[in-house]
Amino acid sequence: MQMDDKKHIASRARTSGVPIMDAEAIWRALRRIAHEIIEQNADLKSVVLAGIPLRGVEVAHRLAEFIRDVAKIDIETGTIDVAMHRDDVGTRAELPMVHASKLPLPLEHRTVIIVDDVLFTGRTVRAAMDAISSFGRPARIQLAALVDRGHRELPIRADYVGKNLPTATREQIQVRLQNVDQEPDAVWLFKE
Amino acid sequence: MRSGCLKNEMNWNRKDLLGLRELSADEINFILETADAFKQVGTREIKKVPALRGKTLVNFFVEPSTRTRTSFELAAFRLSADVINISATTSSLTKGETLKDTARNLEALHADILVLRHSSAGAAQFLAQRLKSSVINAGDGAHEHPTQGLLDMYTIREKRGRIDNLHVVIVGDILFSRVARSNIFGLTKLGARVTLVGPSTLVPREFEKLGVTVSNQIDKVLPDADVVNLLRIQHERQRKEYFPGISEYTTLFGLTKERAKLLKPNCLVMHPGPINRGVEIDSEVADGLQSVILDQVTNGLAVRMAVLYLCGGIAA
Repeated sequence: MQMDDKKHIASRARTSGVPIMDAEAIWRALRRIAHEIIEQNADLKSVVLAGIPLRGVEVAHRLAEFIRDVAKIDIETGTIDVAMHRDDVGTRAELPMVHASKLPLPLEHRTVIIVDDVLFTGRTVRAAMDAISSFGRPARIQLAALVDRGHRELPIRADYVGKNLPTATREQIQVRLQNVDQEPDAVWLFKE
Repeated sequence: MRSGCLKNEMNWNRKDLLGLRELSADEINFILETADAFKQVGTREIKKVPALRGKTLVNFFVEPSTRTRTSFELAAFRLSADVINISATTSSLTKGETLKDTARNLEALHADILVLRHSSAGAAQFLAQRLKSSVINAGDGAHEHPTQGLLDMYTIREKRGRIDNLHVVIVGDILFSRVARSNIFGLTKLGARVTLVGPSTLVPREFEKLGVTVSNQIDKVLPDADVVNLLRIQHERQRKEYFPGISEYTTLFGLTKERAKLLKPNCLVMHPGPINRGVEIDSEVADGLQSVILDQVTNGLAVRMAVLYLCGGIAA
Protein backbone atom coordinates (compact mmCIF):
# COMPACT_ATOMS: atom_id res chain seq x y z
CA MET A 1 0.00 0.00 0.00
CA GLN A 2 2.68 2.39 1.11
CA MET A 3 4.78 1.80 -1.96
CA ASP A 4 1.80 2.44 -4.22
CA ASP A 5 1.18 5.73 -2.46
CA LYS A 6 4.79 6.73 -2.90
CA LYS A 7 4.76 5.86 -6.58
CA HIS A 8 1.54 7.79 -7.02
CA ILE A 9 2.99 10.88 -5.36
CA ALA A 10 6.18 10.53 -7.38
CA SER A 11 4.32 10.40 -10.67
CA ARG A 12 2.19 13.40 -9.75
CA ALA A 13 5.27 15.34 -8.71
CA ARG A 14 6.95 14.44 -11.98
CA THR A 15 4.51 16.68 -13.81
CA SER A 16 5.58 19.68 -11.71
CA GLY A 17 9.29 18.91 -12.03
CA VAL A 18 11.75 20.79 -14.22
CA PRO A 19 14.01 18.68 -16.45
CA ILE A 20 17.65 19.65 -15.84
CA MET A 21 19.44 17.00 -17.90
CA ASP A 22 18.12 14.68 -20.58
CA ALA A 23 19.58 11.37 -21.74
CA GLU A 24 21.94 13.10 -24.17
CA ALA A 25 23.26 15.49 -21.50
CA ILE A 26 23.79 12.63 -19.05
CA TRP A 27 25.62 10.63 -21.73
CA ARG A 28 27.95 13.54 -22.47
CA ALA A 29 28.58 14.34 -18.80
CA LEU A 30 29.49 10.74 -18.00
CA ARG A 31 31.72 10.46 -21.06
CA ARG A 32 33.58 13.60 -19.95
CA ILE A 33 34.02 12.21 -16.41
CA ALA A 34 35.41 9.00 -17.92
CA HIS A 35 37.99 11.04 -19.85
CA GLU A 36 38.92 12.93 -16.68
CA ILE A 37 39.34 9.68 -14.75
CA ILE A 38 41.66 8.39 -17.48
CA GLU A 39 43.63 11.66 -17.41
CA GLN A 40 43.95 11.79 -13.62
CA ASN A 41 44.90 8.15 -13.06
CA ALA A 42 48.08 7.09 -14.80
CA ASP A 43 47.69 3.59 -13.42
CA LEU A 44 44.12 2.94 -14.58
CA LYS A 45 44.37 -0.77 -13.81
CA SER A 46 44.52 0.02 -10.10
CA VAL A 47 41.24 1.94 -10.22
CA VAL A 48 38.01 0.51 -8.75
CA LEU A 49 34.72 2.28 -9.46
CA ALA A 50 32.63 1.71 -6.32
CA GLY A 51 28.98 2.66 -6.81
CA ILE A 52 26.59 3.56 -4.03
CA PRO A 53 23.22 1.73 -4.42
CA LEU A 54 21.06 2.10 -6.26
CA ARG A 55 21.91 4.59 -8.98
CA GLY A 56 25.58 5.06 -8.14
CA VAL A 57 26.10 1.41 -9.08
CA GLU A 58 24.54 2.03 -12.49
CA VAL A 59 26.59 5.21 -13.01
CA ALA A 60 29.76 3.28 -12.12
CA HIS A 61 28.96 0.64 -14.73
CA ARG A 62 28.40 3.29 -17.38
CA LEU A 63 31.68 5.02 -16.53
CA ALA A 64 33.45 1.67 -16.80
CA GLU A 65 31.96 1.20 -20.28
CA PHE A 66 33.14 4.62 -21.46
CA ILE A 67 36.62 3.92 -20.05
CA ARG A 68 36.68 0.55 -21.81
CA ASP A 69 35.78 2.25 -25.12
CA VAL A 70 38.34 5.00 -24.80
CA ALA A 71 41.29 3.42 -23.01
CA LYS A 72 40.68 -0.25 -23.90
CA ILE A 73 40.99 -1.22 -20.26
CA ASP A 74 38.51 -3.35 -18.32
CA ILE A 75 38.21 -1.34 -15.17
CA GLU A 76 36.84 -3.07 -12.08
CA THR A 77 33.55 -2.01 -10.54
CA GLY A 78 32.02 -2.66 -7.14
CA THR A 79 29.14 -1.86 -4.83
CA ILE A 80 29.55 -0.04 -1.57
CA ASP A 81 26.69 -0.20 0.94
CA VAL A 82 26.34 2.96 3.03
CA ALA A 83 23.18 2.09 4.97
CA MET A 84 25.07 0.20 7.68
CA HIS A 85 27.44 3.14 8.13
CA ARG A 86 25.05 6.07 8.44
CA ASP A 87 25.43 8.51 11.32
CA ASP A 88 21.73 9.00 12.11
CA VAL A 89 21.09 5.77 14.05
CA GLY A 90 19.51 7.50 17.04
CA THR A 91 17.26 9.87 15.10
CA ARG A 92 16.16 8.22 11.89
CA ALA A 93 12.45 7.71 11.35
CA GLU A 94 12.85 5.31 8.45
CA LEU A 95 15.23 2.39 8.27
CA PRO A 96 17.53 2.46 5.25
CA MET A 97 17.69 -0.74 3.27
CA VAL A 98 21.02 -2.55 3.35
CA HIS A 99 22.74 -4.11 0.35
CA ALA A 100 25.76 -6.39 0.20
CA SER A 101 29.01 -4.54 -0.54
CA LYS A 102 31.17 -6.01 -3.27
CA LEU A 103 34.71 -4.78 -3.74
CA PRO A 104 37.71 -6.44 -5.37
CA LEU A 105 40.17 -7.29 -2.60
CA PRO A 106 42.72 -6.45 -1.39
CA LEU A 107 42.27 -2.68 -1.69
CA GLU A 108 45.88 -1.88 -0.76
CA HIS A 109 47.70 0.02 -3.54
CA ARG A 110 44.43 0.68 -5.33
CA THR A 111 42.47 3.84 -6.10
CA VAL A 112 38.82 3.57 -5.12
CA ILE A 113 36.53 6.04 -6.84
CA ILE A 114 33.24 6.41 -4.98
CA VAL A 115 30.46 6.94 -7.52
CA ASP A 116 27.03 8.39 -6.73
CA ASP A 117 24.26 10.06 -8.70
CA VAL A 118 23.79 13.17 -6.52
CA LEU A 119 26.27 14.82 -4.15
CA PHE A 120 24.44 16.82 -1.46
CA THR A 121 25.38 17.02 2.25
CA GLY A 122 28.38 14.73 1.90
CA ARG A 123 27.13 12.42 4.67
CA THR A 124 26.60 9.51 2.32
CA VAL A 125 30.16 9.91 1.05
CA ARG A 126 31.48 9.94 4.60
CA ALA A 127 29.59 6.70 5.26
CA ALA A 128 31.02 5.24 2.04
CA MET A 129 34.58 6.12 3.09
CA ASP A 130 33.91 4.50 6.46
CA ALA A 131 32.62 1.37 4.72
CA ILE A 132 35.62 1.22 2.38
CA SER A 133 38.05 1.44 5.27
CA SER A 134 36.48 -1.66 6.83
CA PHE A 135 37.71 -3.59 3.78
CA GLY A 136 41.26 -2.33 3.88
CA ARG A 137 43.41 0.71 3.20
CA PRO A 138 43.34 1.86 -0.41
CA ALA A 139 46.16 4.06 -1.68
CA ARG A 140 43.63 6.81 -2.36
CA ILE A 141 39.90 7.45 -2.49
CA GLN A 142 38.33 9.80 -5.05
CA LEU A 143 34.74 10.89 -5.62
CA ALA A 144 32.63 11.15 -8.77
CA ALA A 145 29.04 12.42 -8.92
CA LEU A 146 26.68 12.99 -11.83
CA VAL A 147 25.18 16.06 -10.10
CA ASP A 148 26.64 18.26 -7.35
CA ARG A 149 23.80 20.26 -5.84
CA GLY A 150 25.82 21.96 -3.07
CA HIS A 151 24.86 22.35 0.65
CA ARG A 152 27.75 20.32 2.03
CA GLU A 153 27.64 19.62 5.77
CA LEU A 154 31.06 17.96 5.84
CA PRO A 155 34.47 18.91 4.40
CA ILE A 156 34.03 16.81 1.27
CA ARG A 157 34.35 17.73 -2.41
CA ALA A 158 34.07 15.75 -5.61
CA ASP A 159 37.02 15.02 -7.92
CA TYR A 160 34.71 14.52 -10.90
CA VAL A 161 31.35 16.26 -11.40
CA GLY A 162 28.90 15.85 -14.29
CA LYS A 163 26.98 19.01 -13.56
CA ASN A 164 27.16 21.65 -10.85
CA LEU A 165 23.61 22.57 -9.97
CA PRO A 166 23.01 25.35 -7.42
CA THR A 167 19.80 24.50 -5.53
CA ALA A 168 17.80 25.64 -2.55
CA THR A 169 17.71 23.13 0.33
CA ARG A 170 13.95 22.81 -0.04
CA GLU A 171 14.27 21.75 -3.64
CA GLN A 172 14.67 18.10 -4.60
CA ILE A 173 16.85 16.53 -7.25
CA GLN A 174 15.83 13.21 -8.75
CA VAL A 175 17.96 11.19 -11.10
CA ARG A 176 16.19 8.61 -13.27
CA LEU A 177 18.21 5.93 -15.06
CA GLN A 178 16.71 3.48 -17.49
CA ASN A 179 18.24 0.32 -16.01
CA VAL A 180 17.23 1.19 -12.46
CA ASP A 181 13.95 3.04 -12.84
CA GLN A 182 12.59 1.70 -16.14
CA GLU A 183 12.21 5.33 -17.16
CA PRO A 184 14.22 7.36 -19.69
CA ASP A 185 17.51 8.81 -18.37
CA ALA A 186 16.89 12.25 -16.88
CA VAL A 187 17.69 14.61 -14.00
CA TRP A 188 14.68 16.43 -12.54
CA LEU A 189 14.43 19.43 -10.21
CA PHE A 190 11.38 19.75 -7.96
CA LYS A 191 10.51 23.01 -6.19
CA GLU A 192 9.05 22.93 -2.63
CA MET B 1 19.36 -5.11 -16.25
CA ARG B 2 22.74 -5.26 -14.58
CA SER B 3 21.42 -3.13 -11.72
CA GLY B 4 18.26 -5.19 -11.62
CA CYS B 5 19.53 -7.34 -8.78
CA LEU B 6 19.49 -4.34 -6.46
CA LYS B 7 16.08 -3.69 -4.97
CA ASN B 8 14.91 -0.84 -2.88
CA GLU B 9 11.65 -2.05 -1.44
CA MET B 10 11.46 -2.16 2.32
CA ASN B 11 9.27 -5.06 3.41
CA TRP B 12 9.46 -4.68 7.14
CA ASN B 13 7.43 -2.71 9.65
CA ARG B 14 7.63 -4.62 12.93
CA LYS B 15 9.39 -3.87 16.20
CA ASP B 16 9.36 -7.50 17.34
CA LEU B 17 10.13 -10.92 15.95
CA LEU B 18 8.01 -13.40 17.88
CA GLY B 19 7.51 -16.23 15.41
CA LEU B 20 7.38 -17.14 11.76
CA ARG B 21 3.71 -18.09 11.89
CA GLU B 22 2.60 -14.45 11.71
CA LEU B 23 5.07 -13.39 8.99
CA SER B 24 4.24 -13.22 5.29
CA ALA B 25 6.40 -14.92 2.66
CA ASP B 26 7.51 -11.43 1.55
CA GLU B 27 8.63 -10.55 5.06
CA ILE B 28 10.56 -13.80 5.41
CA ASN B 29 12.25 -13.29 2.05
CA PHE B 30 13.09 -9.74 3.00
CA ILE B 31 14.85 -10.88 6.19
CA LEU B 32 16.82 -13.44 4.16
CA GLU B 33 17.86 -10.77 1.61
CA THR B 34 18.89 -8.39 4.39
CA ALA B 35 20.92 -11.25 5.89
CA ASP B 36 22.82 -11.51 2.58
CA ALA B 37 24.07 -7.95 3.09
CA PHE B 38 25.10 -8.65 6.66
CA LYS B 39 26.77 -11.95 5.83
CA GLN B 40 29.15 -9.97 3.64
CA VAL B 41 30.26 -7.94 6.70
CA GLY B 42 31.76 -11.12 8.17
CA THR B 43 34.21 -11.34 5.25
CA ARG B 44 35.64 -7.84 5.77
CA GLU B 45 38.95 -7.04 7.40
CA ILE B 46 37.00 -5.12 10.04
CA LYS B 47 33.91 -7.17 10.81
CA LYS B 48 31.95 -4.43 12.44
CA VAL B 49 29.53 -1.76 11.22
CA PRO B 50 27.98 1.13 13.17
CA ALA B 51 24.38 0.26 12.23
CA LEU B 52 23.19 -0.04 15.86
CA ARG B 53 25.77 2.17 17.54
CA GLY B 54 24.48 3.50 20.87
CA LYS B 55 21.73 0.88 21.13
CA THR B 56 21.61 -1.47 24.10
CA LEU B 57 20.67 -5.10 23.72
CA VAL B 58 19.76 -7.32 26.63
CA ASN B 59 20.19 -11.04 26.20
CA PHE B 60 17.68 -12.33 28.72
CA PHE B 61 18.00 -16.10 28.88
CA VAL B 62 15.76 -17.70 31.45
CA GLU B 63 16.60 -21.11 29.99
CA PRO B 64 20.20 -22.17 29.49
CA SER B 65 21.67 -21.71 26.00
CA THR B 66 25.22 -20.96 24.99
CA ARG B 67 25.00 -21.24 21.24
CA THR B 68 22.01 -18.98 20.59
CA ARG B 69 23.05 -16.45 23.20
CA THR B 70 26.60 -16.09 21.87
CA SER B 71 25.28 -15.87 18.31
CA PHE B 72 23.01 -12.96 19.28
CA GLU B 73 25.83 -11.44 21.30
CA LEU B 74 28.30 -11.55 18.42
CA ALA B 75 25.62 -10.28 16.01
CA ALA B 76 25.03 -7.31 18.29
CA PHE B 77 28.78 -6.64 18.63
CA ARG B 78 29.15 -6.63 14.84
CA LEU B 79 26.40 -4.00 14.68
CA SER B 80 28.16 -1.92 17.38
CA ALA B 81 25.37 -2.34 19.95
CA ASP B 82 26.18 -2.71 23.65
CA VAL B 83 25.22 -6.05 25.17
CA ILE B 84 24.19 -7.16 28.64
CA ASN B 85 23.72 -10.87 29.34
CA ILE B 86 21.33 -11.98 32.02
CA SER B 87 20.79 -15.66 32.66
CA ALA B 88 18.29 -17.46 34.84
CA THR B 89 20.75 -18.08 37.61
CA THR B 90 21.88 -14.47 37.85
CA SER B 91 18.47 -12.90 37.52
CA SER B 92 16.07 -12.08 40.30
CA LEU B 93 13.56 -14.50 38.82
CA THR B 94 15.03 -16.98 41.25
CA LYS B 95 14.15 -14.52 44.01
CA GLY B 96 10.50 -14.47 43.00
CA GLU B 97 10.37 -11.42 40.74
CA THR B 98 7.83 -11.80 37.95
CA LEU B 99 8.84 -11.80 34.32
CA LYS B 100 7.04 -8.53 33.78
CA ASP B 101 8.79 -6.81 36.66
CA THR B 102 12.18 -8.01 35.50
CA ALA B 103 11.46 -6.78 32.00
CA ARG B 104 10.25 -3.39 33.22
CA ASN B 105 13.46 -3.01 35.14
CA LEU B 106 15.40 -3.79 32.00
CA GLU B 107 13.41 -1.17 30.15
CA ALA B 108 14.12 1.36 32.88
CA LEU B 109 17.76 0.84 31.96
CA HIS B 110 16.80 1.99 28.44
CA ALA B 111 17.39 -1.32 26.78
CA ASP B 112 16.41 -0.95 23.14
CA ILE B 113 16.29 -4.62 22.22
CA LEU B 114 15.37 -7.54 24.42
CA VAL B 115 16.34 -11.02 23.24
CA LEU B 116 14.34 -13.52 25.26
CA ARG B 117 14.76 -17.23 25.80
CA HIS B 118 12.07 -18.63 28.08
CA SER B 119 10.61 -22.00 29.00
CA SER B 120 7.01 -20.80 28.59
CA ALA B 121 5.32 -20.53 25.21
CA GLY B 122 4.10 -16.97 24.65
CA ALA B 123 6.61 -15.31 27.00
CA ALA B 124 8.06 -13.19 24.20
CA GLN B 125 4.65 -12.07 23.04
CA PHE B 126 3.67 -11.23 26.61
CA LEU B 127 6.61 -8.86 26.89
CA ALA B 128 6.34 -7.45 23.37
CA GLN B 129 2.82 -6.25 24.12
CA ARG B 130 3.95 -4.50 27.29
CA LEU B 131 7.30 -3.00 26.38
CA LYS B 132 8.41 -0.27 24.02
CA SER B 133 11.66 -2.12 23.38
CA SER B 134 11.97 -4.52 20.48
CA VAL B 135 11.48 -8.09 21.62
CA ILE B 136 13.17 -10.93 19.76
CA ASN B 137 12.03 -14.43 20.58
CA ALA B 138 15.08 -16.65 21.02
CA GLY B 139 12.93 -19.66 21.84
CA ASP B 140 9.80 -19.85 24.01
CA GLY B 141 8.89 -23.28 25.34
CA ALA B 142 7.70 -25.61 22.59
CA HIS B 143 6.26 -22.66 20.62
CA GLU B 144 8.77 -21.04 18.22
CA HIS B 145 12.44 -20.31 17.68
CA PRO B 146 12.13 -17.97 14.69
CA THR B 147 15.80 -17.11 14.15
CA GLN B 148 16.66 -20.83 14.01
CA GLY B 149 13.94 -21.35 11.41
CA LEU B 150 15.26 -18.37 9.44
CA LEU B 151 18.87 -19.52 9.51
CA ASP B 152 17.82 -22.99 8.38
CA MET B 153 15.93 -21.44 5.45
CA TYR B 154 18.81 -19.09 4.70
CA THR B 155 21.19 -22.07 4.53
CA ILE B 156 18.87 -24.07 2.26
CA ARG B 157 18.43 -21.07 -0.05
CA GLU B 158 22.18 -20.44 -0.11
CA LYS B 159 23.10 -24.04 -0.90
CA ARG B 160 20.24 -24.97 -3.22
CA GLY B 161 19.40 -21.55 -4.70
CA ARG B 162 15.74 -21.78 -3.74
CA ILE B 163 13.28 -23.16 -1.20
CA ASP B 164 10.23 -23.43 -3.42
CA ASN B 165 9.36 -27.03 -4.33
CA LEU B 166 12.16 -28.60 -2.30
CA HIS B 167 11.32 -31.58 -0.11
CA VAL B 168 12.46 -30.94 3.45
CA VAL B 169 12.37 -33.83 5.93
CA ILE B 170 12.46 -32.98 9.63
CA VAL B 171 13.31 -35.90 11.89
CA GLY B 172 12.95 -36.24 15.63
CA ASP B 173 10.99 -34.94 18.54
CA ILE B 174 8.59 -32.68 16.66
CA LEU B 175 6.02 -32.44 19.43
CA PHE B 176 8.31 -30.61 21.84
CA SER B 177 10.37 -28.81 19.23
CA ARG B 178 10.09 -25.06 18.68
CA VAL B 179 12.73 -25.42 15.97
CA ALA B 180 10.45 -27.79 14.07
CA ARG B 181 7.47 -25.46 14.40
CA SER B 182 9.35 -22.39 13.15
CA ASN B 183 10.70 -24.46 10.26
CA ILE B 184 7.26 -25.79 9.38
CA PHE B 185 5.68 -22.32 9.33
CA GLY B 186 8.50 -20.73 7.37
CA LEU B 187 9.17 -23.51 4.87
CA THR B 188 5.54 -24.04 3.93
CA LYS B 189 5.11 -20.29 3.36
CA LEU B 190 8.05 -20.32 0.98
CA GLY B 191 6.62 -23.25 -0.96
CA ALA B 192 8.65 -26.20 0.34
CA ARG B 193 7.14 -29.66 0.81
CA VAL B 194 7.69 -30.73 4.41
CA THR B 195 7.63 -34.26 5.84
CA LEU B 196 7.92 -34.89 9.57
CA VAL B 197 9.40 -38.18 10.71
CA GLY B 198 9.64 -39.66 14.20
CA PRO B 199 8.01 -41.98 16.71
CA SER B 200 4.24 -41.48 16.54
CA THR B 201 4.20 -40.36 20.18
CA LEU B 202 6.45 -37.45 19.23
CA VAL B 203 5.05 -36.76 15.75
CA PRO B 204 1.27 -36.83 16.10
CA ARG B 205 -0.90 -36.84 12.97
CA GLU B 206 -2.37 -33.51 14.10
CA PHE B 207 0.60 -31.79 12.52
CA GLU B 208 -0.89 -32.56 9.11
CA LYS B 209 -3.25 -29.64 9.76
CA LEU B 210 -0.22 -27.38 9.24
CA GLY B 211 0.07 -28.54 5.64
CA VAL B 212 2.82 -31.12 6.11
CA THR B 213 3.07 -34.90 5.73
CA VAL B 214 3.69 -37.13 8.74
CA SER B 215 5.53 -40.43 8.51
CA ASN B 216 7.20 -42.84 10.88
CA GLN B 217 9.12 -44.75 8.24
CA ILE B 218 12.31 -42.86 7.71
CA ASP B 219 13.77 -45.28 5.13
CA LYS B 220 10.86 -44.63 2.77
CA VAL B 221 11.16 -40.86 3.05
CA LEU B 222 14.92 -40.30 2.84
CA PRO B 223 15.48 -41.24 -0.86
CA ASP B 224 13.17 -38.38 -1.95
CA ALA B 225 14.57 -35.71 0.42
CA ASP B 226 16.36 -32.55 -0.73
CA VAL B 227 17.10 -31.55 2.85
CA VAL B 228 17.16 -33.61 6.05
CA ASN B 229 16.97 -31.57 9.23
CA LEU B 230 17.73 -33.70 12.29
CA LEU B 231 16.51 -32.37 15.58
CA ARG B 232 18.43 -32.90 18.74
CA ILE B 233 17.00 -35.49 21.09
CA GLN B 234 16.46 -33.33 24.11
CA HIS B 235 17.29 -35.67 26.97
CA GLU B 236 16.46 -32.95 29.46
CA ARG B 237 12.90 -32.67 28.21
CA GLN B 238 12.08 -36.27 27.48
CA ARG B 239 9.55 -38.04 29.54
CA LYS B 240 9.70 -41.81 29.44
CA GLU B 241 6.18 -42.39 28.18
CA TYR B 242 6.89 -40.52 24.94
CA PHE B 243 10.32 -41.79 24.15
CA PRO B 244 11.40 -45.26 23.06
CA GLY B 245 14.91 -45.20 24.58
CA ILE B 246 18.08 -43.89 23.03
CA SER B 247 19.47 -46.96 21.30
CA GLU B 248 16.04 -47.88 19.97
CA TYR B 249 15.61 -44.33 18.68
CA THR B 250 18.94 -44.50 16.85
CA THR B 251 17.99 -47.83 15.30
CA LEU B 252 14.61 -46.55 14.13
CA PHE B 253 15.28 -42.89 13.30
CA GLY B 254 18.97 -42.04 13.62
CA LEU B 255 20.82 -40.90 10.49
CA THR B 256 23.42 -43.65 10.64
CA LYS B 257 26.23 -44.10 8.15
CA GLU B 258 24.25 -46.92 6.46
CA ARG B 259 20.99 -45.00 6.36
CA ALA B 260 22.73 -41.93 4.86
CA LYS B 261 23.41 -44.03 1.74
CA LEU B 262 19.70 -43.70 0.95
CA LEU B 263 20.11 -39.94 0.46
CA LYS B 264 20.41 -38.23 -2.90
CA PRO B 265 23.98 -37.04 -3.44
CA ASN B 266 22.98 -33.37 -3.27
CA CYS B 267 20.70 -33.75 -0.25
CA LEU B 268 21.70 -31.36 2.55
CA VAL B 269 22.13 -32.66 6.09
CA MET B 270 21.24 -30.11 8.76
CA HIS B 271 21.15 -30.04 12.54
CA PRO B 272 20.43 -27.10 14.85
CA GLY B 273 23.05 -28.32 17.34
CA PRO B 274 24.33 -29.25 19.74
CA ILE B 275 24.75 -32.67 18.15
CA ASN B 276 24.38 -35.92 20.05
CA ARG B 277 26.88 -37.91 18.00
CA GLY B 278 25.80 -41.49 17.64
CA VAL B 279 22.22 -40.73 18.71
CA GLU B 280 20.31 -38.78 16.05
CA ILE B 281 23.30 -38.62 13.68
CA ASP B 282 26.53 -40.60 13.19
CA SER B 283 29.81 -38.71 13.34
CA GLU B 284 30.68 -39.69 9.76
CA VAL B 285 27.46 -38.07 8.52
CA ALA B 286 27.72 -34.98 10.72
CA ASP B 287 31.22 -34.32 9.41
CA GLY B 288 30.52 -35.56 5.86
CA LEU B 289 30.33 -33.68 2.58
CA GLN B 290 26.56 -33.32 2.68
CA SER B 291 26.59 -31.74 6.11
CA VAL B 292 25.98 -27.98 6.28
CA ILE B 293 25.85 -27.89 10.07
CA LEU B 294 28.68 -25.38 10.43
CA ASP B 295 27.27 -23.21 7.62
CA GLN B 296 24.13 -23.00 9.74
CA VAL B 297 26.19 -21.54 12.58
CA THR B 298 27.83 -18.93 10.30
CA ASN B 299 24.51 -18.05 8.71
CA GLY B 300 22.85 -17.76 12.11
CA LEU B 301 25.06 -14.78 12.77
CA ALA B 302 24.04 -13.04 9.52
CA VAL B 303 20.35 -13.77 10.05
CA ARG B 304 20.46 -12.45 13.62
CA MET B 305 22.25 -9.29 12.48
CA ALA B 306 19.45 -8.77 9.96
CA VAL B 307 16.72 -9.34 12.56
CA LEU B 308 18.35 -7.03 15.12
CA TYR B 309 18.82 -4.35 12.47
CA LEU B 310 15.27 -4.57 11.11
CA CYS B 311 13.54 -4.69 14.51
CA GLY B 312 15.84 -2.47 16.51
CA GLY B 313 17.20 -0.06 13.92
CA ILE B 314 14.53 2.60 14.24
CA ALA B 315 14.60 5.17 17.04
CA ALA B 316 11.92 4.14 19.58
